[in-house]
Amino acid sequence: MAEIVLDEVTKRFPDGALAVDKISLDVGDGEFVILVGPSGCGKSTVLNMIAGLEDITSGTLRIGGQVVNNKTPKDRDIAMVFQSYALYPHMTVRENMGFALKLAKTPQATINEKVEEAARILDLTQHLDRRPANLSGGQRQRVAMGRAIVRDPSAFLMDEPLSNLDAKLRVQMRTEVSRIQRRLGTTMVYVTHDQTEALTLGDRVAVMRTGVLQQVGSPKELYDRPVNLFVAGFIGSPAMNFMSGTLEDGTLHTSLGDFRLSDRLRREVEHAGGRNVIVGLRPENFEDAALVSADARPSGITFRTSIDVLESLGSDVFVYFTQEREQGVNAAELEELAQDSGRADTGASGDTVVARLDAATRIREGRDAELWVDGRAMHIFDPATGRNLSLGADDGGSGGGSSSAQAAPRHAAPDQAASDQAAADDAVATGSVGGASDASPSGEVT
Amino acid sequence: MAVTTPRQRVSWGTTNFVVIALALIPVLWLVSLAFKTPTAVLDPSFVPAQWTWGNFHQILSTSQFIRPLLNSIGIGLIATFIAVVLASMAAYAVARLRFPGKSLLIGMALLIAMFPIISLVTPLFSIERALGLFNTWPGLIIPYVAFGLPLGIYTLSAFFREIPWELEKAAKVDGATPFQAFIRVIAPLAAPGMVTTAILVFLFCWNEFLLAISLTSTTASRTAPASIAYFSGSSQFTVPTGPIAAAAVVITIPIIIFVVFFQRRIVAGLTSGAVKG
Repeated sequence: MAEIVLDEVTKRFPDGALAVDKISLDVGDGEFVILVGPSGCGKSTVLNMIAGLEDITSGTLRIGGQVVNNKTPKDRDIAMVFQSYALYPHMTVRENMGFALKLAKTPQATINEKVEEAARILDLTQHLDRRPANLSGGQRQRVAMGRAIVRDPSAFLMDEPLSNLDAKLRVQMRTEVSRIQRRLGTTMVYVTHDQTEALTLGDRVAVMRTGVLQQVGSPKELYDRPVNLFVAGFIGSPAMNFMSGTLEDGTLHTSLGDFRLSDRLRREVEHAGGRNVIVGLRPENFEDAALVSADARPSGITFRTSIDVLESLGSDVFVYFTQEREQGVNAAELEELAQDSGRADTGASGDTVVARLDAATRIREGRDAELWVDGRAMHIFDPATGRNLSLGADDGGSGGGSSSAQAAPRHAAPDQAASDQAAADDAVATGSVGGASDASPSGEVT
Repeated sequence: MAVTTPRQRVSWGTTNFVVIALALIPVLWLVSLAFKTPTAVLDPSFVPAQWTWGNFHQILSTSQFIRPLLNSIGIGLIATFIAVVLASMAAYAVARLRFPGKSLLIGMALLIAMFPIISLVTPLFSIERALGLFNTWPGLIIPYVAFGLPLGIYTLSAFFREIPWELEKAAKVDGATPFQAFIRVIAPLAAPGMVTTAILVFLFCWNEFLLAISLTSTTASRTAPASIAYFSGSSQFTVPTGPIAAAAVVITIPIIIFVVFFQRRIVAGLTSGAVKG
């Protein structure tokens, strides 16, 4: 048991590339912290530095109060599960799991006892004498977990341990990892690129981008109060919808319609100096206008649009509609998000908005529909810095659908966020579009 | 596979037959000679008129050939062992570590492999005479190791590269020192590569003639191929064709056994080498 403290830890590779830039993170004793970010953001490097597999260029790393910067992995008392599992192919499951104890010169009887106990926890007892090559993917994954558990280390490090499993097994093992961590109560640092895994597993989640820590917080906090455009777009599935907006006399003009901002929010945005902003709306902030009670209506706006695609999941209905192209938003963060999700490669030309509606909706695919969007739940970002301007003004950030953070179903939305690079010539479109009914799709559908 | 026309099949068959015949006829001729009686050596018929084991009896009953055969086996095994151990360490470093002078090491290894041995015979002869290594086992083992190493380093580093890097990380996290990680995780996985390398190095030592004949003077350390050159006929004017052929057959047998038994291993080892976790 130990806490892990990173204090301005930096990693610069010999070729000069800065992989991790001054990360400070406290992982409490027994805490389950997730490091999440797109590939290449430096999260695995951080994990390798904690494990001692990579040198720390500067900053200090403490495990259990001791500075371990210069200690070899074997002196750090940590166990690691690798993405490829890294099972020793020439050893049986039993030997694999007992290898660390054997190196530590533990008596054979103790090794057997511990291995068998771990095998019981992981339901591997009948496979103990088989070799990794003869096991299924899920079994190999469990052996890799077992190898870590047997050690009874002060901390577990997991490097995308579930990403080689198929979708169904991944969900099962996710629960399993969570159960094991609670049962053992050991400090755990878990690296993943999958935001669903991050939200469902961790006590706290740390979001990284290009070597810099963006935000650390509980899953709910990250979902409801993202500090910047990147976190907002990365956390949540389907992702947050982004569109450009222009602020004029306390009114925010967007392609969906005009929102009246509260005074506090307006001051905040004006203080940031921008007239042009990026507006973020989560899919669940939308609703079929017909299903919104008259009391709730004034807190949002209604608009008409043509529904391109409708997907019914039974519990919810997802609708996709296109926005006018010149309204596309553009920011480095959004571009990176698009790259990461593969959206940039699908060649989406328009800016598609995804909305999650109640299953009771009667909206049909291909028809015009009237939708309502909750203005209270809107996030407003500074296009230059990506900072979330609505956080300071609290009434903007914690509106509507925030309660569904963890329940958000996984959904392979192909191109929901408005982030087509080619679409926007300027950082933000300047022409404001007035009326709500203008949101009909333009002719340029893919 | 594309469909082959009968014509293609015939032309390929003919080509293969010609190539194999060209390669095998001298070998069969050698075997035939080995079984011919001394008087029939000049007989141009392919199949001996009279089969005899006489030539084999003759060479295997004197220490002129038995002792060199033992030398060959001993020197070959020792040189192979040393070369594989050193080569696996060097290859590991080449495949995994970054260190100054790495490309120089690889270059030197290649240079040694390319160097014509004949140009080294004279200096080696003088050096070994001075050091008292001339006509001893170490006198042959040391150069054999030197010439076997480049081969070993090249083959083995290819094998080491195939082994997932993460296995070693896992071993380190499990508490292994770099040496333990090498001995207990990497080396066992590279075993096919080591066997392949060992076979290649042993074959090199076994077949080597130039150094063997230059750096030895008696049967105390002369190897089998060299000893054949010293066979003498029953009189000064007789060429010992029969015994030479018989000895050549004897020293070829281990090679054939090796290739037959390890062929799959060599090919499989060289082509896949992959270790899936």
